[in-house]
Amino acid sequence: MSDLMLQAENLSKRFGGIVATDDLTLNVARGELHAVIGPNGAGKTTLIAQLSGQLRSDSGRIRFAGEDITALPPHQRSLSGLARSFQITSLFLDLSVLDNVALAVQAHAGHSFHFWRNARKDETLRAPARAALERAGLSDRADGPAAALSHGEHRQLELAMALAGNPRMLLLDEPMAGLGPEESGRMVAMLRALKQELTILLVEHDMEAVFALADRITVLVYGRVIASGTPEEIRANALVREAYLGEADKEGDHV
Amino acid sequence: MTGVLNVRNLTAAILVIGLVLLPVYSHLAGDRFVLTLFTRIVIMAMAATSLNLILGYGGMMSFGHAAYLGIGGYAVGMLAHEGIYSGFVQWPVAIAASALFALVIGALSLRTRGVYFIMITLAFAQMAYYLVSGLARYGGDDGLTIYKRSQFIEPLNLSNKIQFYYLCLALLFATIFLIWRLINSRFGMAVQGARSNETRMRAIGFPTYRYRLACFVIAGTLGGLSGVLLANHGDFVSPAMMYWTRSGDLIIMVVLGGMATAFGPLIGAIALLLLEEFLPLIIKVAGTPFFGSSAAARGSEYWMIVMGPLLLLVVLFARGGIDGMLAKLGAKVSAKERS
Repeated sequence: MSDLMLQAENLSKRFGGIVATDDLTLNVARGELHAVIGPNGAGKTTLIAQLSGQLRSDSGRIRFAGEDITALPPHQRSLSGLARSFQITSLFLDLSVLDNVALAVQAHAGHSFHFWRNARKDETLRAPARAALERAGLSDRADGPAAALSHGEHRQLELAMALAGNPRMLLLDEPMAGLGPEESGRMVAMLRALKQELTILLVEHDMEAVFALADRITVLVYGRVIASGTPEEIRANALVREAYLGEADKEGDHV
Repeated sequence: MTGVLNVRNLTAAILVIGLVLLPVYSHLAGDRFVLTLFTRIVIMAMAATSLNLILGYGGMMSFGHAAYLGIGGYAVGMLAHEGIYSGFVQWPVAIAASALFALVIGALSLRTRGVYFIMITLAFAQMAYYLVSGLARYGGDDGLTIYKRSQFIEPLNLSNKIQFYYLCLALLFATIFLIWRLINSRFGMAVQGARSNETRMRAIGFPTYRYRLACFVIAGTLGGLSGVLLANHGDFVSPAMMYWTRSGDLIIMVVLGGMATAFGPLIGAIALLLLEEFLPLIIKVAGTPFFGSSAAARGSEYWMIVMGPLLLLVVLFARGGIDGMLAKLGAKVSAKERS
Protein backbone atom coordinates (compact mmCIF):
# COMPACT_ATOMS: atom_id res chain seq x y z
CA MET A 1 0.00 0.00 0.00
CA SER A 2 2.91 2.32 -0.71
CA ASP A 3 0.70 4.55 -2.84
CA LEU A 4 -1.09 5.75 0.29
CA MET A 5 0.52 8.74 1.96
CA LEU A 6 -1.85 9.06 4.88
CA GLN A 7 -4.19 6.47 6.33
CA ALA A 8 -6.52 7.25 9.19
CA GLU A 9 -8.32 4.18 10.49
CA ASN A 10 -11.36 4.28 12.74
CA LEU A 11 -10.43 7.57 14.41
CA SER A 12 -12.65 8.81 17.23
CA LYS A 13 -12.61 11.89 19.42
CA ARG A 14 -15.14 12.89 22.05
CA PHE A 15 -15.39 16.13 23.97
CA GLY A 16 -17.63 15.26 26.90
CA GLY A 17 -20.90 14.18 25.32
CA ILE A 18 -20.09 15.59 21.91
CA VAL A 19 -18.69 13.22 19.32
CA ALA A 20 -16.40 15.31 17.14
CA THR A 21 -14.88 12.44 15.18
CA ASP A 22 -16.90 9.28 14.89
CA ASP A 23 -15.13 6.11 13.69
CA LEU A 24 -13.62 7.98 10.77
CA THR A 25 -11.55 6.28 8.08
CA LEU A 26 -9.74 8.34 5.47
CA ASN A 27 -7.07 7.50 2.91
CA VAL A 28 -5.00 10.05 1.03
CA ALA A 29 -3.02 8.77 -1.94
CA ARG A 30 0.51 9.96 -2.61
CA GLY A 31 0.50 13.07 -4.77
CA GLU A 32 -3.19 13.83 -4.59
CA LEU A 33 -4.93 16.90 -3.31
CA HIS A 34 -7.60 15.56 -1.05
CA ALA A 35 -10.23 18.01 0.16
CA VAL A 36 -12.32 17.55 3.27
CA ILE A 37 -15.57 19.47 3.31
CA GLY A 38 -18.59 19.55 5.54
CA PRO A 39 -20.98 21.95 7.26
CA ASN A 40 -19.90 23.93 10.31
CA GLY A 41 -19.25 21.70 13.28
CA ALA A 42 -18.62 18.63 11.12
CA GLY A 43 -15.32 18.07 12.90
CA LYS A 44 -12.94 19.17 10.15
CA THR A 45 -10.59 21.16 12.38
CA THR A 46 -10.69 18.40 15.00
CA LEU A 47 -9.63 15.96 12.31
CA ILE A 48 -6.68 18.16 11.32
CA ALA A 49 -5.68 18.47 14.98
CA GLN A 50 -5.79 14.69 15.35
CA LEU A 51 -3.77 14.12 12.19
CA SER A 52 -1.15 16.69 13.18
CA GLY A 53 -0.98 15.28 16.70
CA GLN A 54 -2.26 18.33 18.54
CA LEU A 55 -5.18 16.28 19.83
CA ARG A 56 -4.87 12.72 21.01
CA SER A 57 -7.41 10.41 19.44
CA ASP A 58 -9.59 8.36 21.78
CA SER A 59 -9.20 5.40 19.45
CA GLY A 60 -8.04 4.54 15.96
CA ARG A 61 -4.71 4.57 14.15
CA ILE A 62 -2.90 6.99 11.87
CA ARG A 63 -0.27 5.88 9.39
CA PHE A 64 1.91 8.32 7.49
CA ALA A 65 3.98 7.05 4.54
CA GLY A 66 3.48 3.52 5.85
CA GLU A 67 4.61 4.24 9.40
CA ASP A 68 2.36 4.24 12.42
CA ILE A 69 2.45 7.78 13.84
CA THR A 70 -0.52 7.43 16.21
CA ALA A 71 1.66 7.85 19.30
CA LEU A 72 3.99 10.56 17.95
CA PRO A 73 3.80 14.08 19.42
CA PRO A 74 3.21 17.02 17.02
CA HIS A 75 6.83 18.04 16.60
CA GLN A 76 7.90 14.56 15.59
CA ARG A 77 5.07 14.29 13.07
CA SER A 78 6.16 17.61 11.66
CA LEU A 79 9.78 16.43 11.45
CA SER A 80 8.73 13.27 9.62
CA GLY A 81 7.35 15.47 6.84
CA LEU A 82 3.73 16.12 7.80
CA ALA A 83 3.34 19.90 8.02
CA ARG A 84 0.21 21.81 8.95
CA SER A 85 -1.04 25.35 8.56
CA PHE A 86 -3.46 26.90 11.00
CA GLN A 87 -7.01 28.07 10.40
CA ILE A 88 -6.61 30.92 12.81
CA THR A 89 -3.39 32.58 11.75
CA SER A 90 -0.77 31.53 14.25
CA LEU A 91 2.49 33.34 13.64
CA PHE A 92 5.37 34.91 15.54
CA LEU A 93 3.95 38.40 15.22
CA ASP A 94 6.76 40.18 17.05
CA LEU A 95 9.45 38.67 14.81
CA SER A 96 10.24 39.57 11.22
CA VAL A 97 8.63 37.74 8.30
CA LEU A 98 11.92 36.11 7.41
CA ASP A 99 12.51 35.14 11.07
CA ASN A 100 9.16 33.34 11.05
CA VAL A 101 10.13 31.17 8.11
CA ALA A 102 13.74 30.77 9.32
CA LEU A 103 12.38 29.33 12.57
CA ALA A 104 10.42 26.79 10.56
CA VAL A 105 13.62 25.89 8.68
CA GLN A 106 15.54 25.69 11.95
CA ALA A 107 12.97 23.24 13.32
CA HIS A 108 14.08 20.77 10.65
CA ALA A 109 17.80 21.45 10.94
CA GLY A 110 18.55 19.26 13.95
CA HIS A 111 18.53 20.38 17.56
CA SER A 112 18.83 24.04 18.45
CA PHE A 113 21.37 23.78 21.25
CA HIS A 114 23.73 26.10 19.37
CA PHE A 115 24.49 28.96 21.69
CA TRP A 116 27.00 31.16 19.95
CA ARG A 117 26.70 31.66 16.18
CA ASN A 118 24.31 34.36 15.02
CA ALA A 119 21.29 32.53 13.62
CA ARG A 120 20.16 35.61 11.70
CA LYS A 121 23.37 35.47 9.66
CA ASP A 122 23.30 31.71 9.17
CA GLU A 123 22.79 31.10 5.44
CA THR A 124 21.87 27.43 6.01
CA LEU A 125 18.72 28.83 7.67
CA ARG A 126 18.25 32.10 5.80
CA ALA A 127 18.60 30.81 2.22
CA PRO A 128 15.91 28.09 2.45
CA ALA A 129 13.69 30.55 4.31
CA ARG A 130 14.02 33.08 1.50
CA ALA A 131 13.31 30.33 -1.03
CA ALA A 132 10.11 29.35 0.80
CA LEU A 133 9.01 33.01 0.94
CA GLU A 134 9.63 33.21 -2.78
CA ARG A 135 7.41 30.19 -3.41
CA ALA A 136 4.67 31.75 -1.32
CA GLY A 137 5.09 35.07 -3.11
CA LEU A 138 6.21 37.10 -0.10
CA SER A 139 9.84 37.90 -0.93
CA ASP A 140 9.34 41.66 -0.91
CA ARG A 141 8.00 41.66 2.68
CA ALA A 142 10.81 39.52 4.16
CA ASP A 143 12.39 42.12 6.44
CA GLY A 144 9.27 43.74 7.87
CA PRO A 145 7.61 42.60 11.09
CA ALA A 146 5.06 39.82 10.67
CA ALA A 147 2.49 41.96 12.51
CA ALA A 148 2.52 44.49 9.66
CA LEU A 149 1.28 42.04 7.01
CA SER A 150 -2.28 42.04 5.68
CA HIS A 151 -4.59 39.12 6.37
CA GLY A 152 -3.96 37.63 2.95
CA GLU A 153 -0.21 37.95 3.41
CA HIS A 154 -0.48 36.22 6.79
CA ARG A 155 -2.01 33.29 4.95
CA GLN A 156 0.86 33.30 2.47
CA LEU A 157 3.31 33.40 5.37
CA GLU A 158 1.52 30.43 6.94
CA LEU A 159 2.06 28.56 3.71
CA ALA A 160 5.71 29.60 3.47
CA MET A 161 6.29 28.27 6.98
CA ALA A 162 4.62 24.99 6.16
CA LEU A 163 6.82 24.72 3.07
CA ALA A 164 10.02 25.63 4.87
CA GLY A 165 10.66 22.17 6.23
CA ASN A 166 10.37 20.57 2.78
CA PRO A 167 7.40 18.49 3.90
CA ARG A 168 6.08 15.46 2.03
CA MET A 169 2.53 16.35 2.89
CA LEU A 170 0.64 19.50 3.86
CA LEU A 171 -2.39 19.68 6.13
CA LEU A 172 -4.05 22.95 5.22
CA ASP A 173 -6.81 24.22 7.50
CA GLU A 174 -8.92 26.73 5.57
CA PRO A 175 -6.15 28.61 3.79
CA MET A 176 -8.74 30.83 2.03
CA ALA A 177 -10.60 31.83 5.18
CA GLY A 178 -11.29 35.54 5.20
CA LEU A 179 -9.55 36.24 1.89
CA GLY A 180 -10.97 38.59 -0.73
CA PRO A 181 -11.67 37.24 -4.25
CA GLU A 182 -8.36 38.44 -5.61
CA GLU A 183 -6.33 37.00 -2.75
CA SER A 184 -8.28 33.75 -2.99
CA GLY A 185 -7.44 33.53 -6.67
CA ARG A 186 -3.75 33.93 -5.88
CA MET A 187 -3.94 31.23 -3.20
CA VAL A 188 -5.67 28.81 -5.59
CA ALA A 189 -2.95 29.39 -8.16
CA MET A 190 -0.31 28.79 -5.52
CA LEU A 191 -1.92 25.58 -4.30
CA ARG A 192 -2.27 24.35 -7.86
CA ALA A 193 1.49 24.79 -8.30
CA LEU A 194 2.25 23.07 -4.97
CA LYS A 195 0.00 20.16 -5.85
CA GLN A 196 2.54 19.10 -8.48
CA GLU A 197 5.14 18.41 -5.79
CA LEU A 198 3.26 17.55 -2.62
CA THR A 199 0.43 15.55 -1.18
CA ILE A 200 -2.13 17.93 0.29
CA LEU A 201 -5.07 17.50 2.63
CA LEU A 202 -7.20 20.60 2.30
CA VAL A 203 -9.98 21.59 4.65
CA GLU A 204 -11.86 24.45 3.04
CA HIS A 205 -15.21 26.19 3.00
CA ASP A 206 -14.69 27.83 -0.37
CA MET A 207 -16.49 25.36 -2.65
CA GLU A 208 -15.33 26.97 -5.83
CA ALA A 209 -11.72 26.50 -4.76
CA VAL A 210 -12.29 22.95 -3.55
CA PHE A 211 -13.91 21.78 -6.77
CA ALA A 212 -11.27 23.54 -8.83
CA LEU A 213 -8.35 21.98 -6.99
CA ALA A 214 -9.29 18.63 -5.48
CA ASP A 215 -8.49 15.24 -6.96
CA ARG A 216 -10.71 13.62 -4.38
CA ILE A 217 -13.20 14.98 -1.87
CA THR A 218 -14.36 13.54 1.43
CA VAL A 219 -17.55 14.89 2.98
CA LEU A 220 -17.90 14.94 6.77
CA VAL A 221 -21.11 15.39 8.70
CA TYR A 222 -21.09 15.18 12.50
CA GLY A 223 -17.66 13.57 12.49
CA ARG A 224 -18.63 10.84 10.05
CA VAL A 225 -17.64 10.32 6.42
CA ILE A 226 -20.83 10.33 4.40
CA ALA A 227 -19.16 10.24 1.01
CA SER A 228 -15.75 10.13 -0.59
CA GLY A 229 -14.86 10.33 -4.26
CA THR A 230 -13.91 12.47 -7.23
CA PRO A 231 -15.44 15.95 -7.51
CA GLU A 232 -17.89 14.62 -10.13
CA GLU A 233 -18.98 11.76 -7.88
CA ILE A 234 -19.46 14.11 -4.95
CA ARG A 235 -21.45 16.54 -7.05
CA ALA A 236 -23.70 13.70 -8.15
CA ASN A 237 -24.06 12.10 -4.70
CA ALA A 238 -27.61 12.39 -3.41
CA LEU A 239 -26.62 12.11 0.26
CA VAL A 240 -24.17 14.94 -0.08
CA ARG A 241 -26.62 17.15 -1.93
CA GLU A 242 -29.13 16.62 0.83
CA ALA A 243 -26.81 16.96 3.79
CA TYR A 244 -24.52 19.68 2.62
CA LEU A 245 -24.64 21.12 -0.84
CA GLY A 246 -28.42 21.44 -0.60
CA GLU A 247 -28.08 23.67 2.40
CA ALA A 248 -25.43 25.69 0.66
CA ASP A 249 -27.67 26.15 -2.39
CA LYS A 250 -30.43 27.49 -0.22
CA GLU A 251 -28.03 30.04 1.19
CA GLY A 252 -27.25 31.10 -2.34
CA ASP A 253 -23.81 29.54 -2.68
CA HIS A 254 -23.29 28.29 -6.20
CA VAL A 255 -21.38 25.12 -6.56
CA MET B 1 23.38 57.69 10.89
CA THR B 2 20.57 55.89 12.71
CA GLY B 3 22.42 52.58 12.38
CA VAL B 4 25.09 52.86 15.06
CA LEU B 5 25.13 56.39 16.39
CA ASN B 6 21.71 56.84 17.98
CA VAL B 7 20.49 58.01 21.38
CA ARG B 8 20.20 54.46 22.72
CA ASN B 9 23.70 53.35 21.80
CA LEU B 10 25.10 56.68 22.92
CA THR B 11 23.52 56.23 26.35
CA ALA B 12 24.88 52.69 26.59
CA ALA B 13 28.36 53.89 25.62
CA ILE B 14 28.23 56.69 28.20
CA LEU B 15 27.10 54.23 30.85
CA VAL B 16 29.90 51.81 30.05
CA ILE B 17 32.56 54.53 30.05
CA GLY B 18 31.12 56.05 33.24
CA LEU B 19 31.15 52.70 35.04
CA VAL B 20 34.70 51.98 33.90
CA LEU B 21 35.94 55.38 35.08
CA LEU B 22 33.98 55.42 38.36
CA PRO B 23 36.87 54.18 40.59
CA VAL B 24 39.04 56.96 39.18
CA TYR B 25 36.49 59.54 40.32
CA SER B 26 36.06 57.78 43.65
CA HIS B 27 39.82 57.83 44.17
CA LEU B 28 40.30 61.46 43.14
CA ALA B 29 37.32 62.77 45.09
CA GLY B 30 38.12 60.56 48.06
CA ASP B 31 34.51 59.34 47.88
CA ARG B 32 34.54 55.70 48.99
CA PHE B 33 30.78 55.53 49.42
CA VAL B 34 30.12 55.94 45.71
CA LEU B 35 32.36 52.95 44.94
CA THR B 36 30.55 50.75 47.47
CA LEU B 37 27.17 51.89 46.14
CA PHE B 38 28.09 51.21 42.54
CA THR B 39 29.64 47.82 43.30
CA ARG B 40 26.23 46.89 44.67
CA ILE B 41 24.47 48.39 41.64
CA VAL B 42 26.72 46.45 39.25
CA ILE B 43 26.02 43.18 41.08
CA MET B 44 22.26 43.76 41.12
CA ALA B 45 22.42 44.76 37.44
CA MET B 46 24.02 41.40 36.73
CA ALA B 47 21.21 39.60 38.56
CA ALA B 48 18.63 41.68 36.68
CA THR B 49 20.36 40.93 33.37
CA SER B 50 20.17 37.22 34.10
CA LEU B 51 16.47 37.57 34.98
CA ASN B 52 15.92 39.46 31.72
CA LEU B 53 17.02 36.36 29.80
CA ILE B 54 13.99 34.41 31.00
CA LEU B 55 11.60 37.31 31.70
CA GLY B 56 12.27 39.53 28.69
CA TYR B 57 13.50 37.17 26.01
CA GLY B 58 11.88 33.95 27.20
CA GLY B 59 8.55 35.34 28.42
CA MET B 60 8.91 33.34 31.65
CA MET B 61 7.61 35.52 34.48
CA SER B 62 9.72 34.11 37.30
CA PHE B 63 8.88 35.64 40.66
CA GLY B 64 11.62 33.82 42.50
CA HIS B 65 14.84 34.99 40.96
CA ALA B 66 16.25 36.28 44.27
CA ALA B 67 16.48 32.64 45.38
CA TYR B 68 19.59 32.32 43.21
CA LEU B 69 21.16 35.35 44.86
CA GLY B 70 20.63 33.56 48.17
CA ILE B 71 21.85 30.17 47.00
CA GLY B 72 25.01 31.62 45.45
CA GLY B 73 25.55 33.76 48.53
CA TYR B 74 24.95 30.98 51.02
CA ALA B 75 27.26 28.61 49.13
CA VAL B 76 30.03 31.14 49.77
CA GLY B 77 28.91 31.86 53.35
CA MET B 78 28.49 28.25 54.44
CA LEU B 79 31.80 27.12 52.95
CA ALA B 80 33.57 30.08 54.55
CA HIS B 81 31.90 29.19 57.86
CA GLU B 82 33.37 25.69 57.53
CA GLY B 83 36.80 27.15 56.88
CA ILE B 84 36.88 26.71 53.11
CA TYR B 85 37.84 30.08 51.68
CA SER B 86 39.21 29.12 48.28
CA GLY B 87 37.24 30.75 45.46
CA PHE B 88 38.20 27.78 43.30
CA VAL B 89 35.96 25.67 45.53
CA GLN B 90 33.35 28.22 46.59
CA TRP B 91 32.49 29.56 43.15
CA PRO B 92 32.03 26.22 41.33
CA VAL B 93 29.96 24.92 44.25
CA ALA B 94 27.78 28.05 44.17
CA ILE B 95 27.34 27.80 40.42
CA ALA B 96 26.53 24.09 40.54
CA ALA B 97 24.07 24.58 43.41
CA SER B 98 22.16 27.34 41.62
CA ALA B 99 22.16 25.38 38.37
CA LEU B 100 20.76 22.34 40.15
CA PHE B 101 18.13 24.41 41.96
CA ALA B 102 17.11 26.02 38.65
CA LEU B 103 16.94 22.62 36.97
CA VAL B 104 14.56 21.22 39.59
CA ILE B 105 12.40 24.35 39.86
CA GLY B 106 12.34 24.79 36.10
CA ALA B 107 11.52 21.16 35.39
CA LEU B 108 8.44 21.45 37.61
CA SER B 109 7.30 25.02 37.04
CA LEU B 110 7.75 25.12 33.26
CA ARG B 111 4.91 22.63 32.93
CA THR B 112 2.58 25.41 34.03
CA ARG B 113 1.68 28.72 32.42
CA GLY B 114 0.74 32.25 33.38
CA VAL B 115 -0.28 32.91 36.95
CA TYR B 116 0.54 29.35 37.99
CA PHE B 117 4.10 29.73 36.80
CA ILE B 118 4.46 32.97 38.76
CA MET B 119 3.03 31.35 41.89
CA ILE B 120 5.18 28.22 41.66
CA THR B 121 8.45 30.09 41.17
CA LEU B 122 7.46 32.35 44.08
CA ALA B 123 6.61 29.36 46.25
CA PHE B 124 9.92 27.61 45.61
CA ALA B 125 11.89 30.77 46.35
CA GLN B 126 9.99 31.23 49.62
CA MET B 127 10.69 27.59 50.47
CA ALA B 128 14.39 28.27 50.02
CA TYR B 129 13.99 31.38 52.19
CA TYR B 130 12.37 29.50 55.07
CA LEU B 131 14.80 26.61 54.72
CA VAL B 132 17.76 28.94 55.14
CA SER B 133 16.03 30.79 58.01
CA GLY B 134 15.86 27.47 59.82
CA LEU B 135 19.56 26.64 59.55
CA ALA B 136 20.66 27.45 63.10
CA ARG B 137 24.24 26.40 62.38
CA TYR B 138 24.48 29.11 59.74
CA GLY B 139 22.89 31.92 61.69
CA GLY B 140 19.23 31.20 60.93
CA ASP B 141 17.20 34.40 60.70
CA ASP B 142 20.14 36.56 61.74
CA GLY B 143 22.31 35.63 58.79
CA LEU B 144 25.94 34.78 58.62
CA THR B 145 28.97 37.02 58.67
CA ILE B 146 31.73 36.14 56.21
CA TYR B 147 35.08 36.92 57.78
CA LYS B 148 37.21 36.33 54.72
CA ARG B 149 36.29 36.96 51.10
CA SER B 150 36.80 34.24 48.44
CA GLN B 151 40.51 33.54 48.06
CA PHE B 152 42.10 33.41 44.62
CA ILE B 153 45.68 33.39 43.48
CA GLU B 154 47.65 36.66 43.84
CA PRO B 155 47.45 39.30 42.52
CA LEU B 156 43.65 38.87 42.47
CA ASN B 157 42.47 40.07 45.85
CA LEU B 158 38.73 40.48 46.40
CA SER B 159 39.26 42.48 49.58
CA ASN B 160 40.73 45.26 47.49
CA LYS B 161 37.66 47.44 46.82
CA ILE B 162 38.81 48.65 43.41
CA GLN B 163 39.85 45.19 42.23
CA PHE B 164 36.56 43.78 43.43
CA TYR B 165 34.60 46.51 41.63
CA TYR B 166 36.40 45.79 38.37
CA LEU B 167 35.85 42.06 38.78
CA CYS B 168 32.11 42.63 39.23
CA LEU B 169 32.02 45.04 36.28
CA ALA B 170 33.91 42.59 34.05
CA LEU B 171 31.48 39.81 34.99
CA LEU B 172 28.51 42.13 34.32
CA PHE B 173 29.81 43.02 30.86
CA ALA B 174 30.59 39.36 30.19
CA THR B 175 27.02 38.46 31.19
CA ILE B 176 25.52 41.12 28.94
CA PHE B 177 27.71 39.98 26.05
CA LEU B 178 26.98 36.28 26.68
CA ILE B 179 23.22 36.86 26.75
CA TRP B 180 23.38 39.02 23.65
CA ARG B 181 25.16 36.19 21.78
CA LEU B 182 22.79 33.67 23.24
CA ILE B 183 19.57 35.35 22.19
CA ASN B 184 20.77 35.78 18.60
CA SER B 185 21.86 32.15 18.31
CA ARG B 186 19.66 29.28 17.18
CA PHE B 187 18.99 28.54 20.81
CA GLY B 188 17.91 32.14 21.37
CA MET B 189 15.61 32.08 18.35
CA ALA B 190 13.98 28.91 19.69
CA VAL B 191 13.47 30.54 23.11
CA GLN B 192 12.05 33.74 21.60
CA GLY B 193 9.81 31.75 19.29
CA ALA B 194 8.43 29.93 22.33
CA ARG B 195 7.74 33.30 23.99
CA SER B 196 6.00 34.59 20.89
CA ASN B 197 3.83 31.56 20.10
CA GLU B 198 4.53 28.30 21.83
CA THR B 199 1.73 26.30 20.19
CA ARG B 200 3.13 27.17 16.81
CA MET B 201 6.67 26.33 17.87
CA ARG B 202 5.56 22.84 18.80
CA ALA B 203 3.58 22.50 15.60
CA ILE B 204 6.62 23.26 13.45
CA GLY B 205 8.73 20.75 15.32
CA PHE B 206 10.38 22.37 18.35
CA PRO B 207 10.38 20.49 21.65
CA THR B 208 9.99 23.86 23.42
CA TYR B 209 10.11 22.52 26.98
CA ARG B 210 13.78 21.59 26.87
CA TYR B 211 14.87 24.90 25.34
CA ARG B 212 12.91 26.87 27.91
CA LEU B 213 14.35 24.69 30.67
CA ALA B 214 17.92 25.17 29.43
CA CYS B 215 17.28 28.93 29.30
CA PHE B 216 15.87 28.84 32.84
CA VAL B 217 18.97 27.02 34.11
CA ILE B 218 21.38 29.43 32.40
CA ALA B 219 19.56 32.40 33.96
CA GLY B 220 19.56 30.74 37.38
CA THR B 221 23.27 29.98 37.17
CA LEU B 222 24.10 33.59 36.30
CA GLY B 223 21.81 34.67 39.14
CA GLY B 224 23.78 32.42 41.48
CA LEU B 225 27.03 34.00 40.33
CA SER B 226 25.58 37.42 41.20
CA GLY B 227 24.81 36.00 44.64
CA VAL B 228 28.44 34.96 45.06
CA LEU B 229 29.48 38.53 44.34
CA LEU B 230 26.80 39.99 46.60
CA ALA B 231 27.93 37.83 49.54
CA ASN B 232 31.54 38.89 49.02
CA HIS B 233 30.50 42.51 48.69
CA GLY B 234 28.50 42.60 51.92
CA ASP B 235 30.77 40.18 53.82
CA PHE B 236 27.45 38.86 55.03
CA VAL B 237 24.58 36.65 53.91
CA SER B 238 21.07 36.49 55.33
CA PRO B 239 17.74 34.99 54.33
CA ALA B 240 16.59 38.52 53.38
CA MET B 241 18.72 38.16 50.23
CA MET B 242 16.15 35.76 48.84
CA TYR B 243 12.94 37.24 50.26
CA TRP B 244 10.19 37.66 47.69
CA THR B 245 10.37 41.46 47.73
CA ARG B 246 13.94 41.12 46.49
CA SER B 247 12.64 39.08 43.53
CA GLY B 248 10.18 41.93 42.99
CA ASP B 249 13.03 44.46 42.95
CA LEU B 250 14.75 42.47 40.21
CA ILE B 251 11.55 42.39 38.14
CA ILE B 252 11.15 46.16 38.61
CA MET B 253 14.73 46.72 37.41
CA VAL B 254 14.07 44.72 34.24
CA VAL B 255 10.71 46.34 33.49
CA LEU B 256 11.90 49.83 34.40
CA GLY B 257 15.02 49.58 32.25
CA GLY B 258 13.40 47.80 29.33
CA MET B 259 12.54 44.14 28.88
CA ALA B 260 14.32 42.11 26.21
CA THR B 261 17.02 44.72 25.64
CA ALA B 262 20.75 44.22 26.20
CA PHE B 263 21.32 47.24 28.47
CA GLY B 264 17.80 47.71 29.88
CA PRO B 265 18.37 45.78 33.13
CA LEU B 266 21.59 47.72 33.80
CA ILE B 267 19.77 51.03 33.25
CA GLY B 268 16.91 49.81 35.45
CA ALA B 269 19.25 48.71 38.24
CA ILE B 270 21.05 52.05 38.22
CA ALA B 271 17.76 54.00 38.19
CA LEU B 272 16.07 51.98 40.93
CA LEU B 273 19.00 51.76 43.31
CA LEU B 274 19.98 55.42 42.88
CA LEU B 275 16.37 56.46 43.50
CA GLU B 276 16.25 54.24 46.58
CA GLU B 277 19.44 55.87 47.81
CA PHE B 278 18.76 59.50 47.01
CA LEU B 279 14.99 59.90 46.97
CA PRO B 280 14.84 60.32 50.78
CA LEU B 281 17.52 62.98 50.54
CA ILE B 282 15.75 64.76 47.68
CA ILE B 283 12.47 64.79 49.60
CA LYS B 284 14.22 66.17 52.64
CA VAL B 285 15.96 68.95 50.76
CA ALA B 286 12.95 69.83 48.61
CA GLY B 287 10.56 69.73 51.56
CA THR B 288 12.56 71.82 54.01
CA PRO B 289 11.58 75.30 52.69
CA PHE B 290 7.88 74.37 52.84
CA PHE B 291 7.48 72.21 55.93
CA GLY B 292 10.57 72.94 58.02
CA SER B 293 13.50 70.60 58.35
CA SER B 294 12.13 68.21 60.97
CA ALA B 295 8.85 67.60 59.14
CA ALA B 296 10.72 67.14 55.85
CA ALA B 297 13.08 64.65 57.50
CA ARG B 298 10.13 62.68 58.80
CA GLY B 299 8.53 62.90 55.36
CA SER B 300 11.64 61.51 53.74
CA GLU B 301 11.00 58.19 55.45
CA TYR B 302 7.99 57.85 53.19
CA TRP B 303 10.05 58.06 49.99
CA MET B 304 8.26 54.99 48.68
CA ILE B 305 5.12 57.13 48.28
CA VAL B 306 7.00 59.01 45.58
CA MET B 307 8.73 55.93 44.21
CA GLY B 308 5.50 53.98 43.63
CA PRO B 309 3.77 56.51 41.36
CA LEU B 310 7.07 57.06 39.54
CA LEU B 311 7.28 53.37 38.65
CA LEU B 312 3.61 53.41 37.72
CA LEU B 313 4.22 56.28 35.29
CA VAL B 314 7.05 54.44 33.57
CA VAL B 315 5.01 51.26 33.23
CA LEU B 316 1.93 53.12 31.97
CA PHE B 317 3.53 55.58 29.60
CA ALA B 318 6.82 54.03 28.58
CA ARG B 319 5.99 50.52 27.49
CA GLY B 320 9.58 49.67 26.66
CA GLY B 321 10.91 51.10 29.93
CA ILE B 322 13.67 53.67 29.98
CA ASP B 323 15.40 52.01 27.05
CA GLY B 324 12.15 52.28 25.09
CA MET B 325 11.94 56.01 25.88
CA LEU B 326 15.51 56.47 24.64
CA ALA B 327 14.64 54.62 21.42
CA LYS B 328 11.60 56.88 20.87
CA LEU B 329 13.70 59.95 21.61
CA GLY B 330 16.27 58.70 19.10
CA ALA B 331 13.59 58.24 16.46
CA LYS B 332 12.39 61.83 17.04
CA VAL B 333 15.92 63.20 16.78
CA SER B 334 16.67 61.41 13.53
CA ALA B 335 13.28 62.47 12.11
CA LYS B 336 14.16 66.09 12.88
CA GLU B 337 17.55 65.66 11.23
CA ARG B 338 15.91 64.42 8.06
CA SER B 339 13.39 67.27 7.81
